Amino acid sequence: MGKGDVKLLGTWPSPYVMRVKIALNLKSVDYEYQEDNLESKSELLLKSNPVYKKIPILLHGGKPICESLIIVQYIDEAWSGIGPSILPSDPYDRAVARFWAAYIDDEFYPARAVNRIVVANGEEAKAAAVKELKDALVLLEEAFLKISGEGKPFFGGDKIGYLDIALGSLLGWLTVTEKTFNVKLFEEATTPRLVSWVDSFCKHPAVKDELPDTHKLSEYAHNVVYPHLKEVAAAAAN
Amino acid sequence: MGKGDVKLLGTWPSPFVTRVKIALKLKSVDYEYQEENLGSKSELLIKSNPVYKKIPVLLHGGKPICESLIIVQYIDEAWTDIGSSILPCDPYDRAVARFWAAYVDDKIFPTIRGLGMAKGEEAKAAVVKELKDGLVLLEEAFLKSSGKVKPFFGGDEIGYLDIAFGSFLAWLKVTEKYFHIKLLEEATTPRLVSWADSFCKHPAVKDEMPNTHKLFEYAQNVVFPMIRAAAAAAK
Repeated sequence: MGKGDVKLLGTWPSPYVMRVKIALNLKSVDYEYQEDNLESKSELLLKSNPVYKKIPILLHGGKPICESLIIVQYIDEAWSGIGPSILPSDPYDRAVARFWAAYIDDEFYPARAVNRIVVANGEEAKAAAVKELKDALVLLEEAFLKISGEGKPFFGGDKIGYLDIALGSLLGWLTVTEKTFNVKLFEEATTPRLVSWVDSFCKHPAVKDELPDTHKLSEYAHNVVYPHLKEVAAAAAN
Repeated sequence: MGKGDVKLLGTWPSPFVTRVKIALKLKSVDYEYQEENLGSKSELLIKSNPVYKKIPVLLHGGKPICESLIIVQYIDEAWTDIGSSILPCDPYDRAVARFWAAYVDDKIFPTIRGLGMAKGEEAKAAVVKELKDGLVLLEEAFLKSSGKVKPFFGGDEIGYLDIAFGSFLAWLKVTEKYFHIKLLEEATTPRLVSWADSFCKHPAVKDEMPNTHKLFEYAQNVVFPMIRAAAAAAK
């Protein structure tokens, strides 16, 4: 299938778009990437995702697939004969991977990892929000211990899988959080397995070229994302 | 495998629990059901779902699976050789089914709750419109996936999206009655009206849905007052 057959609509800061890129890399899929502008969304974006008008959108043979984790599962299934399996093969392991990926999207990011910290008023509230985030990481450390098996580098075991992609795509933004609020999130004392996982993940061939420039991301956070979050919080409080 | 091997923790009014019951019925799985009291959760529930402490929880050989749609997919995969497939076979159709199931959870269900929280006629009317617009989107999705010929989102047989959305039908009926509104109507969602009828009559569904009368009383006496109290407290 030619490159023209697979197209990804995305934006460079989005961790959700990064998930799709990693999955496509794992399956050695050639694709065309279109950088979209969220201030001025393309016709193709609006037509392909009329319900949410959001990225990422994968177009395969012109047919759109939306929602990053749904896209990753689609890639795993559509190219199932090629490269490694992204989801585990055992039904129970699959359920566990899906559970923690959903936890990451519903509870962890952006809720705890960004939103609550940014809009917290005062040092005490900020400290409480940071503690909540670190507690969530300890939960993920415990999950890692249960899921990956003795001495394995990834949630997926020897190879990266669904849950590695779900969490790993957030690392750039977590680094921005660390720098902005002067906190250490992944620490030897509390999350030793995740500390080595971060290193292994970032070095993986399907990942290393997709890592965002954290300096650029930090500027974007300060100029666009954080002010927007504060604005929304202020409007909701009125 | 004996009945003791599969256990479902749930509460009778929960549409999320209904999803799991329907999936288990479709796969002819024998299981033990434990009714939970959310005011006083069992040790087993708290131990099995420490992250959320919520139902449904499916225990298979003692191992817990949580989150209703994840449980339904698990049932489809663990009992893959029995009965019909719950998820479609084609990867694209699977992605579409997952998209709309997530839409039901992210947009439809919270809007019903939002209706309970809305203060005043204008606010209520706005939420009703949002809900009805959402249902029209599902009507259009139905037409795309099943056309004018098939009875279910899944085609000839009920599937993932039928279960994800259909499990809410009792609550939709209760909501219509409580707020004196019509949500699924011939004028706006004709295919969904006939789908709802076919779904509720399906052998894997008809004994699993909560009694609408009992549910209405529960909504009237417990749920909607609780939502209103939460809305008032949030001020």
